[in-house]
Amino acid sequence: MIGRLIGGVPRRALAMLGVLLLALIVAPLIASDYLLTVLILILYFAYIGQAWNIMMGFAGQLSLGHALYVGLGAYAAAALYVHFSIGPWLGLIIALPIAALAGAFIGFLAFRFRVAGVYFAILTIAVAEFARVGFDHWAWTSGSSGLFLPVSQYSHNDIWLLRGHPVMFYYIILAASVLAFILCRALLQSRVGYFWLAIREDEEAARSSGIDTFHYKMVAVVTSAAMTSFAGVFYAFFYNNLFPEQVFHISRSIEIILGPIVGGVGTLFGPVLGAFVLTGLAETLTAALAAAGVDLPGAKQVFYGICLLLVIMALPDGIWPWLAKRIGLAERNK
Amino acid sequence: MSVLLTVDAVSKRFRGLVAVDRLSFEVPAGGIYAVIGPNGAGKTTLFNMIAGVFAPDSGTISFAGERIDGLPPDRICRRGIGRTFQIVRPFPALSVEDNVIVGALLHRHHVVDARAHAHAVLRRLDLYDKRAQRASSLTLPDRKRLEVARALATDPKLLLLDEVMAGLRPTETDRIVAILKELNRDTGLTILLIEHVMRAVMALAARILVLHHGGAIAQGTPETVVRDPAVVHSYLGVEDLS
Repeated sequence: MIGRLIGGVPRRALAMLGVLLLALIVAPLIASDYLLTVLILILYFAYIGQAWNIMMGFAGQLSLGHALYVGLGAYAAAALYVHFSIGPWLGLIIALPIAALAGAFIGFLAFRFRVAGVYFAILTIAVAEFARVGFDHWAWTSGSSGLFLPVSQYSHNDIWLLRGHPVMFYYIILAASVLAFILCRALLQSRVGYFWLAIREDEEAARSSGIDTFHYKMVAVVTSAAMTSFAGVFYAFFYNNLFPEQVFHISRSIEIILGPIVGGVGTLFGPVLGAFVLTGLAETLTAALAAAGVDLPGAKQVFYGICLLLVIMALPDGIWPWLAKRIGLAERNK
Repeated sequence: MSVLLTVDAVSKRFRGLVAVDRLSFEVPAGGIYAVIGPNGAGKTTLFNMIAGVFAPDSGTISFAGERIDGLPPDRICRRGIGRTFQIVRPFPALSVEDNVIVGALLHRHHVVDARAHAHAVLRRLDLYDKRAQRASSLTLPDRKRLEVARALATDPKLLLLDEVMAGLRPTETDRIVAILKELNRDTGLTILLIEHVMRAVMALAARILVLHHGGAIAQGTPETVVRDPAVVHSYLGVEDLS
């Protein structure tokens, strides 16, 4: 299993991954609280970016509504915790199928009735918007006034209930990102992965090669949705408050896809690199502006816009394929 | 010789236009069968019905004794019919090898097995040395052979080739002809091809069907078909008869 996962990967790439992982493991020892929060955010986006990439980068299905799965995961786990004192890990067992079902619903509607391309993207937005409006009016989750998780001064880290110091959250999201990376690598090397790429490249030719495209597109959506729901659970327990206007909002969906696009859609390392570049630089910018005493609301959004523009103009395939070629680590498939 | 594919009284209309008109023919197992005819005769429509792109309006298509008309393309491929497209469509961003692995995975569950099979197919089609290249970087003759390789990797009993020689130079045509002949001889693969290049048709086909306005105007061995007055009149033209 491990042999097959790292088979064909250049030594240098493995070494660099090892160094990066080591650096991330020891980071909390030297990082300030602020830097730690930034790193958590980076890894959070790296994780979701990886999940989104399964749909868009591998299977070629553009989702502009991934906030739906984050929100469903977050609300399911948070509501179970608030109302029934069910812990987040048990909550995840329930949140995961809920998000997967939502994905299956969208996928079935789209793929059964041949809603493709731009129309598929619009459908994903529409369902996320439905959820936003629905949760705004759903009393059980406190509607638009927001769902709050009880916060107490943490004396110790409770990993079972996800209550504790940011360092604990950091290691959880780091582990999740590493697992997501490994899972995506394994998927890409599997039968399913090949079929996804074929569908992405040319759906009609894929069908003529015997691929049940409906089935494999469904697998992509459901896998991606289920993976994304964990990010929602994490979000709920890290921030302790949920507002439909925030979690389901389309700007959240856009935020999710920026990392992989900047880093490189369809590549394994693109979502990771994109998260580091965008979140890392944006936070640096915010910090620099704050240090300079300049108050510029919306500076982050402008920065995102500029980044995206630069990447689209100069490196339409994303930064990673270009960088990988530069340092002699070309990835397969892009 | 047993019959592999039976097309029985098949018709297809597009709005007012009758593309294929009550067409019947049989493709014997193990043979190479060619469909020729002028542009617009209904050749590609016929192929698309066999391959499941659309269902006939009437008539039936049977493959290995079972009805297949109306089945979707993926299920028809799984039954054992591989196809190429008139305008080639390999998976552009994937390597040559990965293109063929996709086909090989249809009846193989492990990528390792599929890769081994893909390599064998690539060797047969003279593409093994180019296996690491992106499909989009290939020349047209290579892309045409790649399409054949991908279809072949799905282990078909019947291979549908839609003008794989079109746009090729004579040397390239001869190369594909040789490869197809060898395939047919070594593996007993049945081949049904649409072709305009008469040089290839004459070299390959044991039987020819001539389509005109959606109907068959002649069927038979190459020698009899090219001497058929109706064929000469509607398709080949007089100077081709030397």
